[in-house]
This record gives sequence, structure tokens and C-alpha cells, in this order.
Amino acid sequence: MKRRDFLKSVTAVSAAGALPMPAVWSPAKAQARQETLLVVSEYSPNNFDIHGVGTNRPGYEVSWNCYDRLMSHGEKTLPDGTSSYDRDKFTPELAEDWNATDTSITFKLRKNATFHDGTAITAKDVKWSFDRAVSVGGFPSFQMKAGSLEKPEQFVAVDDRTFRVDFIRKDKLTIPDLAVIVPAVYHSDLIKKNATEKDPWGLEYTKTNIAGGGAFKVTRWQAGTEVVFERNDDWKNGDLPKVRRVVWRTVPSAGNRRALIERGDADISVDLPNKDFAELKHVGKVSVVTNLIGNGISYIGMNCKSPPFNNVKVRQAIAYSIPYQKIMDAVMFGLAGPMFGSKPDAPIAVAWPQPHPYNTDLAKAKQLLAEAGYSNGFDTTLSFDLGFAVVNEPLCVLVQESLAHIGIKATINKIPGANWRNELLKKEMPLISNFFSGWLDYPEYFFFWCYHGQNAVFNTMSYQDKDMDAMIDAARAAAAINDKAGYEKNVASFVKKAFDEVPRIPLFQPTLSMAMQKNVFGYRYWFHRQLDYRTLAKA
Amino acid sequence: MLSMTLKRMMVALPSLVGVVIVTFVLTRALPGDPAAYFAGPAATKEAIDQIRSKLGLDKPLPTQFVHYVWDLARGDLGQSLSTGQPVATEIRTRLPASAELTLVGLLVSMTIAVPLGILAATRPGSIVDHTCRVVATAGVSLPVFFTGLILAYVFYYLLGLSPAPLGRLDIFYSAPPRVTGLYLIDSAFARDWEVFAASLKQLILPAATLGIFSLAPIARMTRASMLAVLVSDFVRTARASGLSPFTVVFTYAFRNAMLPVITTLGMVFSFLLGANVLVEKVFAWPGIGSYAVEALIASDFAPVQGFVLTMAAMYVMLNLLIDILYGLIDPRVRIEA
Repeated sequence: MKRRDFLKSVTAVSAAGALPMPAVWSPAKAQARQETLLVVSEYSPNNFDIHGVGTNRPGYEVSWNCYDRLMSHGEKTLPDGTSSYDRDKFTPELAEDWNATDTSITFKLRKNATFHDGTAITAKDVKWSFDRAVSVGGFPSFQMKAGSLEKPEQFVAVDDRTFRVDFIRKDKLTIPDLAVIVPAVYHSDLIKKNATEKDPWGLEYTKTNIAGGGAFKVTRWQAGTEVVFERNDDWKNGDLPKVRRVVWRTVPSAGNRRALIERGDADISVDLPNKDFAELKHVGKVSVVTNLIGNGISYIGMNCKSPPFNNVKVRQAIAYSIPYQKIMDAVMFGLAGPMFGSKPDAPIAVAWPQPHPYNTDLAKAKQLLAEAGYSNGFDTTLSFDLGFAVVNEPLCVLVQESLAHIGIKATINKIPGANWRNELLKKEMPLISNFFSGWLDYPEYFFFWCYHGQNAVFNTMSYQDKDMDAMIDAARAAAAINDKAGYEKNVASFVKKAFDEVPRIPLFQPTLSMAMQKNVFGYRYWFHRQLDYRTLAKA
Repeated sequence: MLSMTLKRMMVALPSLVGVVIVTFVLTRALPGDPAAYFAGPAATKEAIDQIRSKLGLDKPLPTQFVHYVWDLARGDLGQSLSTGQPVATEIRTRLPASAELTLVGLLVSMTIAVPLGILAATRPGSIVDHTCRVVATAGVSLPVFFTGLILAYVFYYLLGLSPAPLGRLDIFYSAPPRVTGLYLIDSAFARDWEVFAASLKQLILPAATLGIFSLAPIARMTRASMLAVLVSDFVRTARASGLSPFTVVFTYAFRNAMLPVITTLGMVFSFLLGANVLVEKVFAWPGIGSYAVEALIASDFAPVQGFVLTMAAMYVMLNLLIDILYGLIDPRVRIEA
């Protein structure tokens, strides 16, 4: 650097230093801030495409906001005044109208809907996208199957604007399953252009590129750090979102996520520990919205295949020894729905989740244990997923302590997140603490995955019972043909059986909380538990 | 000089080969199963097997190793599953973030520790010496995440002096055009002083956290080696010749005391680069340490291997650099293979 250049740069530095450094932003910036939503969360997306291999939950959020589905859900206000999606009301998104018969459903697509690059969205794209969802395997195909959407032949592009889904069997869940995240509509030509022989569905391309027509586009992305969304001003498939820009930053430290919302720098803070949400709620400086997670239950599962938990009396004894209220207070800080202590003679409701009749009653637990022949107790291990240690660790310690009172010595086994699913699949852990929630909020859906003898991964207890299977199947069949009486009878009886035999002990219904600035409104709870930017706004 | 440098690098090769083998075996020996992890919560046994074969994990280990080395030879470090990006790209973007943070942290630490060490050595047993000891011990005794959280709590949450701990830049600035990847240098190149100031502000707290942590080794080493030099014959001679205390301490003693200090600096630097993962977590810093740890939790092999390899390569380079510096500082030291 020459002397003259050096002097020049020194002048430049001092000139910059002399400029008034505004404490608050300039008006243009303040304006931009007003139209920008800053979201902070613990994790960031690893893939923008829900059809991809191993897409994580934050990835679902990108897909939800950047792609369209044929239908979405309407809104309803819950008794506590918060807003939620309405399970029973379907609203038009890409399809402006549809017509369902016993054998098929036909959608009429919007006339002027386009992808982000301006190409018109046609039924051909919808067909290709649905074919992709059922063909790529893994999670998307599994989710489609949950609604009896299994084969490409089921999807027919009648003409440019008409699309038909043929049913392979009567299933009440087919239509709800068309409004989840997976059946998104992709720009087939764009993806085909970027597909390779090894990767015919272009999964590699959509991993980091949006090939859709949704309400938001991704304009900047740094893996593990930040995603910036810009509103798609040409979006025709719903009301234009009110926020122009969403900046989503990954802040791994929960303490800082809380500090950011309290200082007013972040607009929405996700994934805080329950303790922080409870405290923020109490202080009242920011608004905290809490919703029960639909069809979700935290539970203690027992391996019904092998002793001692193959004995129903042992399982009941455990159910009587869980410190339910302590868990609600000390682990969940009240931010959960209690699932215990219903009156023993109260009728079983046709609903799920619902409280079971067990209470903390150590005397009864001891007695049941003695009846089962374990009056001296036994040794076992209680396993949990370290990935959810904030809740699991104190919970398991409380359970361990309580079990010790009835003579059961439980060793706690902490399993790293990467290994948890593998261990679950083996179905050898005797006692576990786990969580399950179903996107589709129907009792028979939950039971089909968690209690049915088909022994899906979620039947973590390997519970097998012919009567249970018959009742679950009957409820599904009754639902498909709208047989209300048969449906209610079967739901009530399988719930009762699940309580009597307690292969898994429901502890509580967890909640989803969001901490938001007071000027942020329009938040809506969704079954997928991610944010929908389209309804959010800043006052 | 050049031939010696080359010779040194040749010597480093076997250690790199060792690192490649060890990381490969170690990552495979981890208990987690990446296929089960990435198959998602709803996976069936078939779905997991499908993913396992997609990832090439169903092949025998030697085959996997050959594939790995072949890719490595072409500069391909593999794909990270948890971020969905090629590992090489990730390391390229994240290493400068860590390096910048570590360098500034080390600079902070040096500007405090070296004078403190010298002062303590010139007045052993004095109040300065005790202060040096207390400060250094306190700094190294506090876990970095704790110091970081305290600093963020006081300077951001309570006082509001520091910007939000949101990584390298506030949300309204975009990164300067990339030259080195270090934002301070890149923004200075681009003459974008606003971004320079913004990234400097973001750097202060995390760099101070790292600085406080690394005070101890540098200050203690400076003090110890200065003490040894100050009692040596040539210093006594210099003193006896009536040279000013300043000249004696800085021109004669300090230069001779620098060798162990430089060694310590090199060690501290390479140590901090990998170990600042906690600082990165606290300040949402998109560095290489947090990347590696997240990958490890997800048993995502490729980034872990890439990280260890990069670190090993950096250690080798750094040691080489230090050796060369030795020669410059003290001509008696010769690089020998």
C-alpha cells in the first residue's frame, strides 16, 4: 500500500467514524424492520423438500410456506381464545373447488396460479408431484399411505385444470391426508430439467431450491445459520401475506433465544424450555401462546413381550406409581394437559387423548405388584432419548424415585438422539419414556399406529391383542362408511381396553408454545407444529 | 528454506494418513445409526434399509473406505446429511468464521496477557504479579459457555450495549463480497465501513469470551520464560553496561523469551479453533466447531471426518509456521526434519 493510499483510507475510516452512528435505524431500515419478521429457533432446515431423505421439522416449515397444496384447513378459535386450524373444515388453496364421490375426488385448479418463475401450474404438475410422493419411498410415501394414497395410477390429470384422485378403498383419512404437508405441488418441468439418471425425482435439486409456487420464496440461505424468505407478490392461492420478509435465524442457546425476545430484537422465539415459557407468561412483557398438541401424548411404554411387563398387574402397578402431578408441576411447569385421574366410573369419551383413571397410589401399586408375584420388586432399566433431555431427564428421575418406593429399582439409560430410533426399532427396551403425535387428529389413527398388532414402530411396547386389532379395524371401517354409532362404540371400547391393560401409560398431553412480541398477531396453531407465515402480521 | 519446508510437509504426510484412517474407523464405531436417524420417526425396517443402501452404508467397511479415499483424493469430502450440503463447501464457509473469531480472541488475549506477563516477571511477588496470577486463574477456571452467557447477559440483556447475539452480522446487513471469508478483512477491502463496524460489534463479546479463557497460558508462559531470561548472564551484562531498563527488557530479554510464548500461542490457537464450539453455540456463531458437534450428535459421518481432517491439516501447517517463525526470531534454531 502506498503512502497516499494509506492516508486516503485513513481519511475514509475517520470519515466513517465521524458519521453519526444511529442508535436506532435510519427510517428506511425502520420501515424494513416493520415489514420483516425475525424468527429465532434452535434448529434450522436441512432440506427444503419434504420428499427428501431425512428432512427435519424445520424443513417442513420451509415446504409448508413455499409450496401449495390443493386444499388447506380453515381456522377456528379455541375456547381459550387462541387460533387453530380447523380439522373438519377444508379450504381452497391451489384447487378452487372440488367434488368428492364414493370412488374419487375431482379438483378444479385455479385459472391464474403460477410457479415462482411465472409458469402456469397445471394438473400435469399435480399428477407428477403426487406420483413423486408415493414413489420416492421413506416418510412421504408412508404419510401418503396413511390416507390410502399408494399408487401413481390413482392420480389422473383429466385436463390442464382438472385433477382427479381415485380411491383404492374407502378411507375417511384420504381427504385429510391431501391437506398435510406432503402432497405439495412441484414444478415438474423445472425439476425434470435438473434431475439425473441416478436421481429421477430431482431430490438433489429441490433440497436447496424451491420449485413451487407458494406464498414465500427463499432468497437467502446459509445452512445451519439463516434462511431468508421474501413474499411471493404474485401468489394467487390465498390472501397475500402481510409480512414482506421473514428472517429465520438459528440461535442454539435457549438463554439467548429468551434474551432476544425479551429485549425486543426477535419477533418470535420458538423451542424455549417450558420453564422459560412459563416465566415469560408470568412476566407478561411478551405474549406467549400455548396450545395442546393435537393427538399427542407423552407416555411411559412397557415392553409387553417379556417379563415382568407382560403381566398386566405389573403394568397397572407401574401406572399407580407414576407421580403424575409432580411431573406436571416440576417438569412441564403446568404447560401440559393432565392425562390422569379421571373418575373410575366416568364414561369413556369418544375422543383422544383423554385422561385415564390411574392416580398416584403407592399402596395400590404395592398390592398389585404382590398379586403379580413381585412383592420384592425387581430391577429394570428406564430409557429415554437424550435429544429431548430437557423434559425426559427430570421426568425419568421422578419416575425412578417413585418406582423405588414400590421396590422397583430402575436404572436410567440415556440414549443419544442418533441412536434412539434404532433402539426403538429393536423393541427390546423394557421401560421407556417417549412421545408420539399424529398429524391426522383422529383416535383410530393414533391407535392404528400405537396399539395395533401390525406392530408399527410406534407400537413401542410390542403390544399384541386380537380384540384390540378387531376394534381398531372396525372403527376405521365404520368411519369410512360414516357409521357414527359403530364408530363411537368401537372408539370407546378400544380406549377402555387401552386403559385397562395399560401397555403404555399416558402422562400428559404436551403443548406447543410460541413467544411473540405484543405487536405480532395472526399466529395459528397447526397440526405440523411449525409456523405459517401467511397469517402472521406486525401491527 | 523452501526445500526444508517441503521436507517438513513430507514428514507430516504419515500423520495425515493416520488421521484419515483413525477418523474413518472411529466414526464407524460410533453407536448411532445414521440410516435410522435420517429415515425419520415413521420409518419401517425396509425404509431404513433403503436409506442405508442409498448412503452406501450397507457395503463392507473396506469398500466404504476405498470409496472414501477415492473421493478424498478428488477433494470431495462427502455430503452432510444434517445440513444437506457438501462438507467441503460447509468447511469453506465455516472455517473463516471460526478463524476470525479465534484470531480476534487471541489478539485480545495477547494484548492483555503478554504485557501482564512481562510486568509480572519484572516485579515478581509484587501486586502486579499477584493480579496477573488471579486474573489468569480466574479466566481459565470459568467455563467458556459461562463467561459467554454472563457477558451476553450483562452487555446485551441488561445494558443493551452489545448487539443481539445473532451470529456474525445483524439481520439487516449482508456479508461483504468474499475474498478471505473473514468479514473484517473483506469489508475493509470493499471499503464498506458500515459492515466492518457491524461485524466488529458482533465480534467483541465472543472474542472477549475466548480471550478471557486463553489469558492464562499466554500470561503464565510469558512470565515464566521472562523470569528465566531476566536472570541469565547476558541480561546481567546488559544491565551492567548501563542500558536503560526498557532496552534491556524489550530488546534483549523479551526477544529471547519469545520462543516458548510463540509455541504456546500456536497451541492455544489450534486448541481454540476446535474448542470454541461452546462460544459458537452461545453466540450463534456459524463456525466449524458447532458444525462438527451437531454432526456428531446426528452420527453424520462425513462432516466429522472432514472436520478432523481439516483440523489435522491446520495443526500441521501451524506447527510448520511456528518452526519457521522460530528461525526468524532466533537464528540459532534451524528447521530440521
